[in-house]
Amino acid sequence: MLFTIFAILTVAGAVAAMSLRNLIHSVLALTLAFAGLAAVYLQLGAQFIGLAQILVYVGAVAILIVFAILLTRDAGASPQSIVSSSWIESGTVALVIFCVLAWAIHHSAASRPAVLPQPEASMQQIGNVLMLRFALPLEIVGVLLTVALIGAVTLAMHEKQEKQ
Amino acid sequence: MGETADQFFVILQHRIVDHAPANLRSFFSSLLSVIAILVVFALLFAITTVLERKGLGRIQNRYGPNRVGPFGILQPIADGIKSLTKEDIVPQAADKVVHFLAPVMLVLAAFSLYAVLPFGRNMVLANLDAGVLFFFAVSSVMELTIFMAGWSSRNKYSLLGAMRAIAQMISYEVPLILASITVIMAAGSLSTVAIVEKQAGYTGIFPHWFVFTPWGFAGFVLFMIAATAESNRSPFDLPEGESEIIAGYYTEYSGFKFALFFLGEYLGMFAISGLGITLFWGGWSAPFSFLTWVPSYFWFFAKLLTMIAIFIWVRGTLPRLRMDQLMNFAWKFMLPMALLNLVTAGVWRFLPQGVLRWLVCGLLVVVPYVLLGRGLAQGWKLEKRVYRFAE
Repeated sequence: MLFTIFAILTVAGAVAAMSLRNLIHSVLALTLAFAGLAAVYLQLGAQFIGLAQILVYVGAVAILIVFAILLTRDAGASPQSIVSSSWIESGTVALVIFCVLAWAIHHSAASRPAVLPQPEASMQQIGNVLMLRFALPLEIVGVLLTVALIGAVTLAMHEKQEKQ
Repeated sequence: MGETADQFFVILQHRIVDHAPANLRSFFSSLLSVIAILVVFALLFAITTVLERKGLGRIQNRYGPNRVGPFGILQPIADGIKSLTKEDIVPQAADKVVHFLAPVMLVLAAFSLYAVLPFGRNMVLANLDAGVLFFFAVSSVMELTIFMAGWSSRNKYSLLGAMRAIAQMISYEVPLILASITVIMAAGSLSTVAIVEKQAGYTGIFPHWFVFTPWGFAGFVLFMIAATAESNRSPFDLPEGESEIIAGYYTEYSGFKFALFFLGEYLGMFAISGLGITLFWGGWSAPFSFLTWVPSYFWFFAKLLTMIAIFIWVRGTLPRLRMDQLMNFAWKFMLPMALLNLVTAGVWRFLPQGVLRWLVCGLLVVVPYVLLGRGLAQGWKLEKRVYRFAE
């Protein structure tokens, strides 16, 4: 029951994000899809992923997209049709890919209805694993993000100096 | 006797829920908690508006509201009736749906923040394993609603206010979360209930609150500065600076929608003060060991009201920051201090108890503070400001 509501919310948000004419409306609909996905995670008992999904996607990514739209172009409705002229071809490709994936998933071993024990991933366990076993990957990701940040700042600074 | 008084509301809730059919009990107990939170914090909002106006009035050498009821304490009722009977004007160019949704979602998000705050012993709506994470996740939704309000109004002041608000909230979210991480490191848990329990003991008569450690004190100050910025309150009220951009993102809101924004903003302030109390001031625990007989919820609300008084005091005292000062302060002062504070908390954890620990950690807090402050103040030219267009 709850899953149906969240699933409808997610899919409706995603469809609206693709079909709305106003870009900002699309972003807000996309946020709805993110939130629906987070609700599904929470319902499955994955508290950390669910909350991180809200924190990162709703709190940061959506706002980043909004900023990008407002700073780069007029956010009004786009004049051209939202349906591409080649919608039959692209629709066929999408349908075929969906069929192949659905077939593969249906026939894979993972979809056998084996009763698995409910995995209990407490925050403590996630923290321990991140800090002990996966400490190095975590640190590499951290360094990578810092480098990206410094790179972005450097690019922005350079432009300013040239102007002066 | 003390035990009964302490658990009064919990027992009351159990008594009421016992009358419900067995399969609906958990639903009813949640419903009761939600209603209690809605009523208590809406009332607290009403009281705070009049206290704030009174307090600001006194600071500015005037009386403040004193016409409705004795000493003006019925002012919130008059304000409520006024905002309910006012016309609700929606600009013709506005995006009607988003314009309507923004205040509703803001209040919704603000109220959800209270789900993880422990107001007293056994008094928490949802004891989540990731309570602090939940708090920050929901408060990040509030940023989006402010953008929705500013953008949907189709007013350049609204949009400017929203852009300022988002820039400010994103910048100050970083030190806010980094300051909280120190406590999470020390407590070893993200659950608000567990964090309060970690601070429950006493040495002599003094409690083991995190604020009474070098890193905890620095963390608390950083947390409160960032919290003031997050709740868009003076001196960080650039997003709604009346003298510059009218009222920022809620310029185009009138009647009860404006009241909802007001409510959302105050609820956010109470919630983040509540989180600060939970993280640094031992939540509902008593300040001295001989005062533990006083009900736990009394201490929580006493601390909350103290925080609100400080907020009002700061608002009446400090002038508004300029945008560049705001950003410089966040990225050049708050961020390095919060990062260093994280190191201090780690050092504190691994040094043996004693004077050495206090000395090392105290130096780790004070020396960077002085150096950073001096370093940043080096470029300042304190002289009479010359205005180009206004004289």
